Amino acid sequence: MSAVLAEATASAPASEGVWRAAWRRLCNDRVGMFCLAVVAAFAAMIVLSALGLLAGHWQREVGVPNAPPSFVGPRAAEATGTVDAPKGPNVDLSDVDPLAPRYKEWDARATQFRSVEIQKLQTLPMGADRMGRDVLAKAIKGTEISVFVGVMAALVATLIGTVLGALAGFFGGRAGDLLEWLYNVFTSIPGILLIFAFAAVFGRGIGTVVLILGLTGWTGIYRLVRAEFMKHAVRDYVRAAQAIGASAASRMFRHILPNVSHVILVQLSILTVGFIKAEVILSYLGLGVPVDQVSWGTMLAEAQSELLLGHWWQLAAATLFMASFVTAFSLLTDALRDALDPKLRGLE
Amino acid sequence: MSATLLSIQDLRVAFRMGKVNGVAQRAEAVGRGAAGISFDIPENCSTALVGESGSGKSVTAMSIVNLLPDNAERAGRILYRGDDLLRVDAAQMRALRGREIACVFQDPMSSLNPVLPVGRQLCEPLHTHLKMKPRHALERAEALLVEVGMPEPKRRLDAYPHELSGGQQQRVMIAMALACEPRLLIADEPTTALDVTIQRQILELLATLKARHRMSLLFINHDLGVVGEIADQVVVMRHGLVREQGPVAQIFSAPRDAYTRALLACRPALSGPPPARLRVIDEPVAAPGTPAAAARPVKDADAPVILEVRSLAKSFWLRQGLFGKREFKAVQGVNFQLRRGHTLGVVGESGSGKTTMGLTLLRLHEPTRGEVLLDGRNLGNLDASERQAMRRRIQIVFQNPYASLNPRFTIGQTLVEPMAIHGIGASLTEREQRARALLHKVGLDPGVFARYPHEFSGGQRQRVAIARCLTLQPEVLVLDEAVSALDVSVQAQVLNLLRDLQDELGVAYVFISHDLGVVRFISDEVLVMKDGEVVEQASAEAILAAPSQDYTRRLLAAVPRGWRAPVRP
Repeated sequence: MSAVLAEATASAPASEGVWRAAWRRLCNDRVGMFCLAVVAAFAAMIVLSALGLLAGHWQREVGVPNAPPSFVGPRAAEATGTVDAPKGPNVDLSDVDPLAPRYKEWDARATQFRSVEIQKLQTLPMGADRMGRDVLAKAIKGTEISVFVGVMAALVATLIGTVLGALAGFFGGRAGDLLEWLYNVFTSIPGILLIFAFAAVFGRGIGTVVLILGLTGWTGIYRLVRAEFMKHAVRDYVRAAQAIGASAASRMFRHILPNVSHVILVQLSILTVGFIKAEVILSYLGLGVPVDQVSWGTMLAEAQSELLLGHWWQLAAATLFMASFVTAFSLLTDALRDALDPKLRGLE
Repeated sequence: MSATLLSIQDLRVAFRMGKVNGVAQRAEAVGRGAAGISFDIPENCSTALVGESGSGKSVTAMSIVNLLPDNAERAGRILYRGDDLLRVDAAQMRALRGREIACVFQDPMSSLNPVLPVGRQLCEPLHTHLKMKPRHALERAEALLVEVGMPEPKRRLDAYPHELSGGQQQRVMIAMALACEPRLLIADEPTTALDVTIQRQILELLATLKARHRMSLLFINHDLGVVGEIADQVVVMRHGLVREQGPVAQIFSAPRDAYTRALLACRPALSGPPPARLRVIDEPVAAPGTPAAAARPVKDADAPVILEVRSLAKSFWLRQGLFGKREFKAVQGVNFQLRRGHTLGVVGESGSGKTTMGLTLLRLHEPTRGEVLLDGRNLGNLDASERQAMRRRIQIVFQNPYASLNPRFTIGQTLVEPMAIHGIGASLTEREQRARALLHKVGLDPGVFARYPHEFSGGQRQRVAIARCLTLQPEVLVLDEAVSALDVSVQAQVLNLLRDLQDELGVAYVFISHDLGVVRFISDEVLVMKDGEVVEQASAEAILAAPSQDYTRRLLAAVPRGWRAPVRP
């Protein structure tokens, strides 16, 4: 008997967990995999940039102001409007020039200093901003800040929304009413005004932006998590856990949470995209990241005045980075949802 | 025999399941390999399609009217009055659906549109297929409701689906199907979601309507008992293939196929000597009518009382108006005693308070009044730690095995968790050992330890749920419709398992069910509940042989008993 059992145990194929099955489905999704690759490339870039290996010197003024991108070519030398040198010898003014006696002395002193003419680049891969800083390096550094802000704020919002939603959905009653009241207060104020109010109180800084977005953005996920918990709290498997004596915390976070995690995960990614865009708006309005740092939002804010002069490359760089990341991330989220919840597409 | 109305020839249906590593996956629902299924539906005849879940009976029926999901592939021929339904275009099929072939589905609540009044929904087919004027259509709709036996038909035309009971909703569905006087009515498990008494009414209604309109009926069901009452012809399916087909008398009196014989034998009967064990499908079944091998072991009538319930009541408060509250008495005044190793059956229709009573016993609901005494201790006044200890001694198995196991836990985690909570077993290894031993005891391979619930069938999951309860070595097990969601053959296996476990461990059961046959098989004493109250309480044999209450008699009369040979003079 035991031999038979051992054989059965050995021959049983490795069991496929819920997460592994989701990964297998994601692997079959071509768009999803491509987006995953794009997001992974961005992630690698962000890590390198955070370590200072990439775009560490973004603040250096390496090019001429508003140097165009390399593929456009250097700007044609502008007509300076100087008058041609007059023919004939210069008129000797030594008699009337009061400074004339000191020219020799100044020339002698000037030879004691050495001046180096910094060779500013005429073109840069993605051009330069009005101070001559490399736009590509700025965009990479801006990606780091923007994505960091987006992800951190989404994590804060998800944490708040999940915990409050779980409490409200699981317990209901008075606690649920109180949390519903809080939710209603938050949603009754126009979102952007709430953000301004928080920003005015907390001042400028990356931490503030994360906190502001997190504190104002938890309401959507709260509502979804609450609904899921209400649904699951009366399911038989949770009742069964109660019958074996599992505590409320264990039922909430050990039993129900893994079963609603796909909702939370998808919301987390949707929030990330939303918060990246919100940070751009905040920085554009001057409430976002401090002036000594760069994000996609500050780049776009600068681009506004540059555009009037025809210097489009900063706008293009920021838009290109943001659009590709946000699009890839959104499509990945869609693929993730399909992979985690195959019933949605009716495949299985 | 009358002319053939519909002929299914060599039908095969498969579902595309996406690609895995570039290889297209297909799941065969009907037919296996090159073998398809074939059967005929004659005119003016009831043909029943019987089989367990996954046998392909519903897919077969839905492929007739092409109501299958988009990923289905059909092959073979379905001839309806000379046309091959697999090759007609969408417009022709639409014209046939409802007009010539109508369908009634299992769940009437989800088949009716909840935001439209019943009358509007009834008029729709009259409008689209018969081009009736609104006023005529409404008159016809009323006539249809009269025909399906709806009380107060005129008023019901303006009723919304939620205002009707389950049986009335199913009557509306049948009325809709009848609207254009179809030649073929496909009824896909039309009574499965209904109580036995309502089921009886619907079956009688279908039989009358079939006779009156001279239509054919394709009746799909998993229960041979129901089928025997309504069908003229029976087709038995298993694993996507037809196992046996023939006239109903032949199927019931002289079944040729071993599977049919086993299906007939594995259902607990209401008459005859109660068997000690039920037959199981894959056991070789010798011949029909062989007497049960062994008698059931006699139970100790003086075993100590383990669970005593005194005037237990549970009320829910419904909000009414702005501040008002109304008491809804779900359970009231239940008294019983349960002895160690005995089984108390609780029967009643849906809404009779059976399940609420079970949940209240475990204090998953707080009782409003009354006492529950476990081994002499009142469960009402326990502190937190005593309550936790009590949880160990009384456990519950739920109806739906697909919902009662946490899908994100492996079987091992599911079994180890209760032991960890109650500190049974010194270490994780010891707990795992116990869990494996229990899996073996409930008839599962201990190798399934690391698997997830979605890999198991309903019966296997119910075994896991039973094993989870047994980890705590309970003295009382509440089985809330524990076998109702299972196929008859699996039901027989689980019932046998429960009986073996009771004999071995001396657990007392509170067995809640709507199925009187099952209750008779497993119970020593039976409570009959109606509207939250116990109307009758007696030993299982006594209640079936001589019910004293009208309600019990009605319940008993409604149980489908299959085909009965016409009485010879």
